[in-house]
Amino acid sequence: MDVELLEIRQHMGQFPPFDGLSDELLDAIAEQVEVSYFKTDSDILTLNDTLNELCYIRSGAVEVYRRQGELYNRLGEGDIFGHFSLLRNHKVRFPAKAIEDTLIYFIPDAVFQRLCEEDDDFADFVELERPRLETAAEQQKKSNDMMVTRIRKLVTRYPVMVESTTSVQQAAKQIIDAQASAVLVINEGSNNPRYSFQDSEGKTWQMCGILTDSDFRTRVVAEGLSPSTPIGEVISERLITIQSDASVYEAMLTMLRSNVHHLPVLYRQRPVGVVHLSDIIRYETHSGLYLVSNIFNQSSAQGLAKLAPDVRAAFVRMVQEGANSQMVGSALSTIGRSFTRRLLELAEDTLGPPPVPYCYMVNGSMARNEQSIVTDQDNALILSDDFVPEEHDEYFHALAAFVSDGLAACGYTYCKGDVMATNRQWRQPLAVWKRYFQDWMANPTPEKLLHSSIFFDLDSIYGEDLFVETLQDLIAQTAPKSPLFLAAMARNALNRTPPLGFFRTFVMEKDGKHNNSINLKRRGTAPMVDLIRVHALACGSKAQNSFQRLDDISKTQLLATGVSDKLSYALEFLCMSRIRHQMIDLQEERVPDNNIEPENVEDSERHTLKDAFQVLSNAQKFLKFRYPVPTQRQGR
Amino acid sequence: MHGIRPRQKVTQADWNGYMAARAERAQDEMLKRFFSTPMPDPETPLSEVPMVALDMETTGLDERRHGIVSIGVVPFTLGRIPMAQRRYWVVKPPRPLDEASIAYHHITHSEVADAPDLDGVLDELLAVLAGRIVVVHFRNIERPFLDAAVKARRGEGVLFPMIDTMSLEARLHRQTLWARFRRWLGRPPVSIRLNASRERYGLPPYQGHHALVDALATAELLQAQIANRYSPDTPLKAVWC
Repeated sequence: MDVELLEIRQHMGQFPPFDGLSDELLDAIAEQVEVSYFKTDSDILTLNDTLNELCYIRSGAVEVYRRQGELYNRLGEGDIFGHFSLLRNHKVRFPAKAIEDTLIYFIPDAVFQRLCEEDDDFADFVELERPRLETAAEQQKKSNDMMVTRIRKLVTRYPVMVESTTSVQQAAKQIIDAQASAVLVINEGSNNPRYSFQDSEGKTWQMCGILTDSDFRTRVVAEGLSPSTPIGEVISERLITIQSDASVYEAMLTMLRSNVHHLPVLYRQRPVGVVHLSDIIRYETHSGLYLVSNIFNQSSAQGLAKLAPDVRAAFVRMVQEGANSQMVGSALSTIGRSFTRRLLELAEDTLGPPPVPYCYMVNGSMARNEQSIVTDQDNALILSDDFVPEEHDEYFHALAAFVSDGLAACGYTYCKGDVMATNRQWRQPLAVWKRYFQDWMANPTPEKLLHSSIFFDLDSIYGEDLFVETLQDLIAQTAPKSPLFLAAMARNALNRTPPLGFFRTFVMEKDGKHNNSINLKRRGTAPMVDLIRVHALACGSKAQNSFQRLDDISKTQLLATGVSDKLSYALEFLCMSRIRHQMIDLQEERVPDNNIEPENVEDSERHTLKDAFQVLSNAQKFLKFRYPVPTQRQGR
Repeated sequence: MHGIRPRQKVTQADWNGYMAARAERAQDEMLKRFFSTPMPDPETPLSEVPMVALDMETTGLDERRHGIVSIGVVPFTLGRIPMAQRRYWVVKPPRPLDEASIAYHHITHSEVADAPDLDGVLDELLAVLAGRIVVVHFRNIERPFLDAAVKARRGEGVLFPMIDTMSLEARLHRQTLWARFRRWLGRPPVSIRLNASRERYGLPPYQGHHALVDALATAELLQAQIANRYSPDTPLKAVWC
């Protein structure tokens, strides 16, 4: 190594992507660098010029523009530009100008190509957007946490199903043949939508019970029943089931609470399998998350409130153990749901059983299973259509207030927009809810939807799941056919835009202004979630989670090939960045928030965030174009 | 060598004639080739002038008593300084190094012990300089040292036009009315040393006193000076000396 090149290579060695290069490659660069000085306001790269070099900023500052003259990026010491052109047709796509007196090191194309070939990390870094986000997202990906693994993963085969007229002996034979330990009992036809489903021939069936190994002992043999007894006569009325997208943890808790060892797993109302406690135990890891069972052991709202620090501790540990954003979001949502459920149980203990059936609905991040540690509560009540306000509302108002206050005590602050079941408007019978949704979709204006878009993330967490499913079905059927609604949602999804990136210790805005910090929720994750929601509504997806929505979207032609992957990586990275900064806040005993300060952002995170912002920005542009306001109202 | 006292007498207008005359008279093969390599015309715009930044580390400041220890050169143009073309030599001075100079330019006894005499690298050096305008920071080291060293070895010296980035800075900061006014007020003069000058143009500080690093630093400084104070169309004769 020539000493005289130290100046050059030592400088480059401090900055990504050069910081990861071998000494040999660094020397190869320093050897071949060409240096040039540009005074303030002079052009470095001009549009459509031929470019055969990578540009490295040794000192000074450079602005890079789009063809139309719009600011694309502002770069400082140690940043590179020109690589997009080198990877494509060697024509300058983004002109560059010195905004301070600037010294540029030009790295010849041959050296650049060699770096790309010999160093994968370097190649990832310079390749536009996707791979870097992909790498970053994949590095975070580790699964197998019980809190986020869905129960359907534990289902290995179809359930054994017999008609209720089958003899217990026949049923026992079938169980033995299938090497199962339980059988589901079904009836043809149905007068009740609950547990009713259609088979492949279009026949309607209803699941009416389950008979397990031990039931044969206790309900058949011990009772001295004949082997020819129809199975329908021995099953219990009480059927405990779980939805296929519930977490393994929830399944386990359901078993513990109900004291059953078998759970039929349903996809909506159709049985898709049966899980046994041993399946779960086999799957259990040493996650140490006793928190959820602890929640269900609390006998008062005060007791629940005392668990708030445990939630934060669980969050920090999960992030430290390398959980990805989906795991964290899902775990925190499970915890939030558990608080809510326990509070509802406690409320029912206090207030007595509900006068009419109801469903406690959650909206926003909890419905999407994307909760963060900084969150407020968004909930509503869907009541049976038998609801009579004069007679019943007092009960439900009290119930809503009990839960809402309890949640606030546990750290889930009241919703600023008053999207809570305590608000009479959001405590209504199913028929009214249907009208709400129909009105939002049929007569949309961006203003009207501004505050109601949160209801388009909806999930049931207690009570009659069917009510929420009805609304989900309604949305999935109506939204794709409502261009005006989609246009209004799309317009609202553009209200919040990402910044351009970072420059030194500032956040760079698109107009070139600087800010000291950035709200990563408002400027990153929330607009991304909004945007994904619009596409999900357009394709009739019933998924609530943004990543699952993207899976559904990717099965359609809505987005160009690969775009949904890109969005997924970008969202994962944005969420993870927010989570990491909240963890830092907690570790440094600050109140966690959604802000990140550029000085706390590492170099590599900076570049990846910049890419993620870029993906979001491009996707927003496409949204505007994809869902234009129709010239004529449809259906009028 | 009658009539030539270059340190005082060589002036801008004479350069092409002077070089031609030296080419005529030169006895040494290498020097003859050097002087007969065509120089850019004094009217050539700077953007078209091939240049070479030169820096030497010496054992002291007096060419009669001190010697050259290392030489760094980088050919360049106003547009680009290609590091691939850099050259650097350590040479053995006729007299031993003293401790003070070792501390200054970090070249040690052992490095110098194995180094060749300047005579061994002179041909290579002059080949790089030939046909290019040499750029230095403070010509009163490089010019007399090189002249004296060559004269001692080849019987005749070398003189050629140079661009001196320090004197360009001096023109701006020492010779203007404003500078004289400042001096009259008793304010310290603006520093025109290499790093201080570079700083005024937003150029990064470099670890100094390595002949090649300083040559690179000088080349960058000239690019900055021309970009800020002159123009790529400025004729060569406006800045050489």
